[in-house]
Amino acid sequence: MSNSKLTRRGLIKTGAVAGAAGLTLPTYLRADGHAGYLNAPQGDTVTLGFNVPQSGPYADEGADELRAYELAVEHLNGTGADNGMLETFSSDALQGNGILGKKVVYVTGDTQTKSDAARASAKSMIEKDGAIMITGGSSSGVAVAVQALCQEAGVIFMAGLTHSNDTTGKDKRANGFRHFFNSYMSGAALAPVLQNAYGSDRKAYHLTADYNWGYTTEEAVRSSTEAMGWETVNAVKTPLTQTDFSSYIAPVLQSGADVLVLNHYGGNMVNSLTNAVQFGLRDKLVNDKNFEIVVPLYSRLMAKGAGANVKGIFGSTNWHWSLTDEGSKAFVKSFGTKYGFPPSQAAHTCYVQALLYADACERAGTFNPCGVVEALEGFEFDGMGNGPTLYRADDHQCFKDVLVVKGKENPTSEFDLLEIVEVTPVEQVTYAPDHPQVAGGSLGTCNPGA
Amino acid sequence: MDAIILQILNGLDKGSAYALIALGLTLIFGTLGVVNFAHGALFMIGAFCAVTLSRILTLSHTVVDETKTDFLGNPLKVDVPYIYDIFGQTTGDAIIDWAVPISILFAIPVMVAIGFIMERGLIKHFYKRPHADQILVTFGLAIVLQEIIKYFYGANPIPTPAPDAFRGSFDFGAMLGFDPNTIIYPYWRLVYFAFSALIIGAVFAFLQFTTFGMVVRAGMADRETVGLLGINIDKRFTIMFGIAAAVAGLAGVMYAPINSPNYHMGMDFLVLSFVVVVVGGMGSLSGAVLAGFLLGILESFASMAIVLETLPGINQIIIYLVAIIILLTRPRGLMGRKGVMEE
Amino acid sequence: MGLTKKDFTLLIIVACLALFAPFILNPFPEGSAMAQFNAGYPDLMQRLVIFGIFAIGFNILFGLTGYLSFGHAAFLGVGSYAAIWMMKLLTMNVIPAIIISVLVAGLFSLLVGWISLRRSGIYFSILTLAFAQMSYALAYSVLTPITGGETGLQPKYTDPRILDGALAPGETPRANLFGLDMKSSFQVSAGDWIFTFNAGYYVAAVIMLIAFYLSIRIFRSPFGMMLRAVKSNQQRLNYTGLNAKPYTLAAFVISGMYAGLAGGLLVAMDTQVGAERMFWTASGEVVLMTILGGAGTLIGPVLGAGFIKYFENIISKINKSILEQWFAFMPDGIEDLLITLVYPFIGKGWHLTLGILFMLVVIFLPGGLVEGGQRVARLFKRKKPSDDTPDGKTTPAE
Repeated sequence: MSNSKLTRRGLIKTGAVAGAAGLTLPTYLRADGHAGYLNAPQGDTVTLGFNVPQSGPYADEGADELRAYELAVEHLNGTGADNGMLETFSSDALQGNGILGKKVVYVTGDTQTKSDAARASAKSMIEKDGAIMITGGSSSGVAVAVQALCQEAGVIFMAGLTHSNDTTGKDKRANGFRHFFNSYMSGAALAPVLQNAYGSDRKAYHLTADYNWGYTTEEAVRSSTEAMGWETVNAVKTPLTQTDFSSYIAPVLQSGADVLVLNHYGGNMVNSLTNAVQFGLRDKLVNDKNFEIVVPLYSRLMAKGAGANVKGIFGSTNWHWSLTDEGSKAFVKSFGTKYGFPPSQAAHTCYVQALLYADACERAGTFNPCGVVEALEGFEFDGMGNGPTLYRADDHQCFKDVLVVKGKENPTSEFDLLEIVEVTPVEQVTYAPDHPQVAGGSLGTCNPGA
Repeated sequence: MDAIILQILNGLDKGSAYALIALGLTLIFGTLGVVNFAHGALFMIGAFCAVTLSRILTLSHTVVDETKTDFLGNPLKVDVPYIYDIFGQTTGDAIIDWAVPISILFAIPVMVAIGFIMERGLIKHFYKRPHADQILVTFGLAIVLQEIIKYFYGANPIPTPAPDAFRGSFDFGAMLGFDPNTIIYPYWRLVYFAFSALIIGAVFAFLQFTTFGMVVRAGMADRETVGLLGINIDKRFTIMFGIAAAVAGLAGVMYAPINSPNYHMGMDFLVLSFVVVVVGGMGSLSGAVLAGFLLGILESFASMAIVLETLPGINQIIIYLVAIIILLTRPRGLMGRKGVMEE
Repeated sequence: MGLTKKDFTLLIIVACLALFAPFILNPFPEGSAMAQFNAGYPDLMQRLVIFGIFAIGFNILFGLTGYLSFGHAAFLGVGSYAAIWMMKLLTMNVIPAIIISVLVAGLFSLLVGWISLRRSGIYFSILTLAFAQMSYALAYSVLTPITGGETGLQPKYTDPRILDGALAPGETPRANLFGLDMKSSFQVSAGDWIFTFNAGYYVAAVIMLIAFYLSIRIFRSPFGMMLRAVKSNQQRLNYTGLNAKPYTLAAFVISGMYAGLAGGLLVAMDTQVGAERMFWTASGEVVLMTILGGAGTLIGPVLGAGFIKYFENIISKINKSILEQWFAFMPDGIEDLLITLVYPFIGKGWHLTLGILFMLVVIFLPGGLVEGGQRVARLFKRKKPSDDTPDGKTTPAE
């Protein structure tokens, strides 16, 4: 397979050589390539930067994101086995001939799930490889850091998996866009389902990861469950580096609570859920009710790490491969055929982000970040797996249906861990741009970088 | 009261993991004078021994089930473990269920072998090198070991459940006359506590009551003199390294059901276990064990909701804070010997 | 300049390396298969010199006194936070930010050093580690209002910034040196090559040269001799009636200030701080840099820092499609085989490569990279090395 990776500079070089054949005098180059914006694609290719965690605890999630991006590039270039979501996407600007007629090439980097490393990697893509757009990531800390970097540098950032309210709340930026849902939406979607399943007279005990994402998630779940009559008995913060949660879980029963909410993600979630089930909490009767556990943000990859412990436990998720709309089916089919297993929600959001960016460029008729921002703001689309979706202009957040899922009792395969309980309609999870949970911060103006 | 009893239980359980790792680390410090940054990796490999054995036991051939479909709509391929073909489904399931305890048998030879290879192949050449070089080479080794595990097993945690018989929890509250459900503790964690007490006891007895142990203790105190007496202390030190590796490995095997193993669990424990060893005092085995339990219990107390309300964030720093206080009041930790790693 | 001829030569060599780094680090023509190994882009060049400063400072403590601090990243982090607050409150000019980062880190290291230096050996290491881990844990969680916690801090146009005029809404605040934007750079193409000259890099490089010069002076001063005496035999020093503590504490604070300087420069080049900058792995990294390069030598730590940062940034970006491009000229079967063999070591496997390199260096070059350089030099000179080497460059690790 020949995958010629011509960078912007590579092409400048080709031009320079053709012009002067042999010894050339040093020439001063403008960083914007005379196009009025940074890293304007030269020649017949456009370079995208896929910045995902390849080492550290989220490496598997990052690997799945990278698979999705590779698939998206194939579909955009029209070199894949099929066209995936291009067939179902409501916009038909994309022709499968690259973006604006330029073939899509890409560079990859490792965020290490550390904001410093993520920014170093993104900067190398922008400065060295001439990437016009950066996308990916698996945590809110990284998303906020890289989003700020892209704003400063003047390229577009399409966030990967990031769930904190802050990404499109107090830390929003004009050059950054998020397709993934957030803490507020999780709370709003979960509350009615929990009320149906467990009643409105419940006492909840929160264990919250002691950092920004944990805080916003706890706040969201608390306020929406309290609104329907639940009482919050206690909320205890746990260190990010904690691996054994026994000392936090053991006192839960004594508190008189009958629901445990685990505002944890990744390794923290796997361990705290495993520990909670170990303590036999789910076999207990408290206040004459079955003790229950809730995990606000689910990920199938992480659910796999917790094994049988997820059975019957409610949570929310951005997307799941068992959805039966045409877009999801098309995506699962091309991903599954290429890799042999179904995609994760991280893969889905990354794939969709890549397509949305490409489509925005086509519709804007330019790679200029300001044009792209204009094309994406207020953009309404469908056929990407979550029903009709709006990219809101006020905060660059996508508004779409949210899934409430439950750990499956009788999984038929190692991928079949979650079942969809309810698809919460978009109206129910929409909030005002100045809602107290996301208030503060401002987008600023788009920055084309030159 | 019940809350305090509960946290003491928690602390003992946490402490037993710290103590086991710190014990192995101190054995290597004390006998060989080597700072082994790869000790956490040995713990991690132990846990992956359990994962590997349960993978071996569930090695399967696929049978196509025409009645069901997979996610792409093709006929579902069902995995049937070979062990079903050998023992039948019921016995096969029982063996798979008991995979973790069975892995102890599997892990001991594996870990001892890894220990021997490490000592003979690498560590041996670093006895006379500065501690800085030892840190660099064992840290490099730790990275290599964990990357190898990541290559084969991925970065995600892998669930490795305890046998069904040990699921659920035991109600101490009812036994001690408190209300039911106030003091509950998982069976497997009780097993873990008993197991580590057993291992710690065995290591101490071995060093205290056998001739071999006596020579090793003498070697710890004065290596040169023992060598002059014509005793091949090097060979014994190799064996001690194997034992230390096995202790770390067993701690890992039994830990697998408590938290699903992942490739970086060793690094998560590494810093903590160094703190435990140093707080216990360099060169003191009983100090390491004592510090392990002490820090485990204090960490548990610090995580209580009441404590956190008065001192927010204390659970984040308690171990380090206690370490600083102890090291400032007792110059060589709890039970450290003079002159060990003090230069 | 008060340097011996040998030291002066070394300083000139380092100065030339720093000055011409955009050329030296970009040896391969653009578009060629090897261009992947070019490191001459602003961000990496900046990081190379900044972590060089960090390691030079660490070496003043560890290389001279033998005290192994396992918490130096805390000073770097504290310096970074101080610098970013300066940028948020006062001005985007980098000078006040850098000065305050050095001062704050100095004060913090005075406190930590004063407590930790009551113990020696591994007890000292664990005390410094404990302080750093507490700083990290608190910055990530309960101190979120000051540190930004998980998402860190970035300057925003809404910050007060009393010395600068108000920014237009939406305008991005840019770190500058009296108006010279740290991000501004120009590119020059010569034949197939493209070289990037970045303002921020040269600011950092000049500061690194000053830091390097100061470290030579410290190494050669009576104070430096005293620190070496602490390392070789503290007890004997005490018996002669000298109190070693003020000297070691001074060394500790100086190296803490170097770390703060590095932290301030990181913010000046890339205006963002995150708490993980203080995690123990970051402290461990500077230890590795110093030992890898050659502890106790002048140039070693800089080499070690360059080595680790280069591999982290370059190897992690090589992916499968680049491998396919490299080996495309081979017959299919051999191409696939080579890709399968190399693939585990690149991209997501960069940690593995780094771990193996650590082991190889420390096994075969006990004095670190500096010793490697000496062996190569000896090979060319074919001269027996003299045993007494007044030059700090050849003093082995311990």
